[in-house]
Amino acid sequence: MTDPVFGPAPERVPDPELVQLLTPEGERVHHPGFDVDFTADELCGFYRDMVLVRRLDIEATALQRHGELGLWAQLLGQEAAQIGAGRALAPQDFVFPTYREHGVAWCRGVDPVRLLALFRGVDQGSWDPAEHNFGLYTIVIGAQTLHATGYAMGVQRDGLVGTGEPERDTAVVAHFGDGASSQGDVNEAFVFAASFNAPVVFFCQNNQWAISEPFERQSRIPLYRRAHGFGFPGIRVDGNDVLATYAVTKAALQRAREGQGPILIEAYTYRMGAHTTTDDPTRYRLSDDVEHWKLKDPIARLEVYLRRNGLADDAFLADVAAQADALGERMRRECHALPDPSPHDLWDLVHAEKTAELAAQQAEYDAHAASFEEVSS
Amino acid sequence: MTTMTLAKALNAGLRKAMEADDKVVIMGEDVGTLGGVFRITDGLQKDFGDARVIDTPLAESGIVGTAVGLAMRGYRPVVEIQFDGFVYPAYDQIVCQVAKLHFRSLGRVRIPMVIRIPFGGGIGAVEHHSESPEAQFVHTPGLKVVACSNPADGYAMIQQAIHADDPVVFLEPKRLYHSAKADVDESAPAAPLWQSRVVRPGSDATLVAYGPTVSTCLDAATVAAEEGRSLEVIDLRTLSPLDLVPVHESVRRTGRLVVVHEAHVTLGLGAEIAARVTEECFHSLEAPVLRVGGFDTPYPPARIEEAFLPDLDRVLDAVDRTFGF
Ligand SMILES: Cc1ncc(C[n+]2csc(CCOP(=O)(O)OP(=O)(O)O)c2C)c(N)n1
Ligand SMILES: [Mg+2]
Repeated sequence: MTDPVFGPAPERVPDPELVQLLTPEGERVHHPGFDVDFTADELCGFYRDMVLVRRLDIEATALQRHGELGLWAQLLGQEAAQIGAGRALAPQDFVFPTYREHGVAWCRGVDPVRLLALFRGVDQGSWDPAEHNFGLYTIVIGAQTLHATGYAMGVQRDGLVGTGEPERDTAVVAHFGDGASSQGDVNEAFVFAASFNAPVVFFCQNNQWAISEPFERQSRIPLYRRAHGFGFPGIRVDGNDVLATYAVTKAALQRAREGQGPILIEAYTYRMGAHTTTDDPTRYRLSDDVEHWKLKDPIARLEVYLRRNGLADDAFLADVAAQADALGERMRRECHALPDPSPHDLWDLVHAEKTAELAAQQAEYDAHAASFEEVSS
Repeated sequence: MTTMTLAKALNAGLRKAMEADDKVVIMGEDVGTLGGVFRITDGLQKDFGDARVIDTPLAESGIVGTAVGLAMRGYRPVVEIQFDGFVYPAYDQIVCQVAKLHFRSLGRVRIPMVIRIPFGGGIGAVEHHSESPEAQFVHTPGLKVVACSNPADGYAMIQQAIHADDPVVFLEPKRLYHSAKADVDESAPAAPLWQSRVVRPGSDATLVAYGPTVSTCLDAATVAAEEGRSLEVIDLRTLSPLDLVPVHESVRRTGRLVVVHEAHVTLGLGAEIAARVTEECFHSLEAPVLRVGGFDTPYPPARIEEAFLPDLDRVLDAVDRTFGF
């Protein structure tokens, strides 16, 4: 029932612009454009993924606090956006992440310990992008959106768009944030993708903040509407609703694979934690805001739905909790065991073909390092 | 006289410049409410308002490009680039516009802009947060480039840079922001901005540094003194224009020179200094000019950055080598 004077209660009726399939209260709602049914297995899978990824994030944050990592970029609150986007992928799709896509990395089979290695300062990304169809983390904001577009142009030239064969048709995802949407690179990526009708899905997690700057500093209109000006569709999805994020991303990827070109998805969500472990958000945002978003927690709403509909029992939930504990334990153990790199290797990594100049510098370094070993032994 | 960190000194200098001239505006990412990720602009938006301390959209090219327009309108923009590695989206604006407008306009257009860049490593950061891009700007005619190395200089130099009518790339050694405290005499007359300075006199060999490596060289000189060797240390302060008068004078006495910077050795400042000193002091040199710097590799992961950065041992090792010729 809608109140005739005050209008509908905001939480009950979704924002007309926002695709939502599961309300914050855990009620299943329907959207005409995304009439998707989910099996119990799929729903339980989403739940497990989100719980494990949240644990991954909490564990990494704790490791940073204990001095084991130099830094960590938390995803707290963005689990649904990332699991929805990650699970919607076909194996052949390729993903270009920012530095916060731990949930998508998880879906692509990148071992969380590889993420720890990067933030520990052991390496700058040690997974093989081609093995996981998941690019390296990109810290220069927005740069990867152009790479995604170019990769999609390659897919197109390889004839892997619109063949009608589900195992062959390929799409590419470009992740970025609301802050990054202001970068020239992102806007150029939009232009290129539109001009070449590239099979790329731009997936923006609008978590409302770019460090201390609120979304309003970046845009006067909802982000998804930017796409229209570039000549392709945009859509806003409840990024705290894993079902909606999954359904929307899946449809967008399919559209791209069929050759209908780029699309922009704005996953409307909230960065519950600090920007990174060096940030102090109390300096620039109100705890009221955070409390408000706590009520929209992506995991809690799915748990309510699963329980209420008898899709998950105590045994299942206990099993997921045990898996989370095991993951946390393994991350701690393997993080401590990560070996430091050897400075000697630096010169081997600069080029595909090492130059004589660099080899000489390497030899000079080795001699210098050896002189210390002699002294200390 | 106040004791303060480099971060506080820069903050105080910025405040002073804003009080002195209401055309001074600060622009950058997170410089407002947050006061910058290093808190260099802490409290300035509160006191001067958001028309003068501007949190910009996240686009470095946009920041520098709009600052050009503001400068043409009579403002004196002080632009903060959040980290050294993020200056490149603005590189085109800096190199093709900021640097050339005076020349192209037959001197009619002045761009009194300061581009502040926290630079250098040693803070255990992830990629793109520890770089030393100074040579790229020194190589660009039309830009002036300075680097401070201590709180007193930070306080004075930022005001002088803002006061200058040319664009100045202002490099701040981020690893020193919150460490070393020093006395800053706010009423003392400042040394001219375009002058280098002998920070420790010595007679056996000369060390030239700027920004973060000045303290490394001072430490090296202390250790060398214990071993009976007297090292003179010169803080360049200004990288473009270079003021090598004190360096030439020093090398004529010592005959030995080591240049130390975190930037990659190849075509770093050391290369230019070595060339000029060779031209000016050829007959005084007892040994070739040696350079200690970052390797010619990308900046490494944090766990091994200490191997990449010039340290006491590498500096003293180079000094030893100059005595081996
Ligand atoms: C080109 C560039 N400029 C500045 C930075 C520093 N920086 C890192 S993250 C960030 C905010 C990004 O916000 P957003 O795009 O919304 O992503 P979020 O961190 O919220 O996931 C900034 C300014 C950077 N990494 N790259
Ligand atoms: Mg954001």
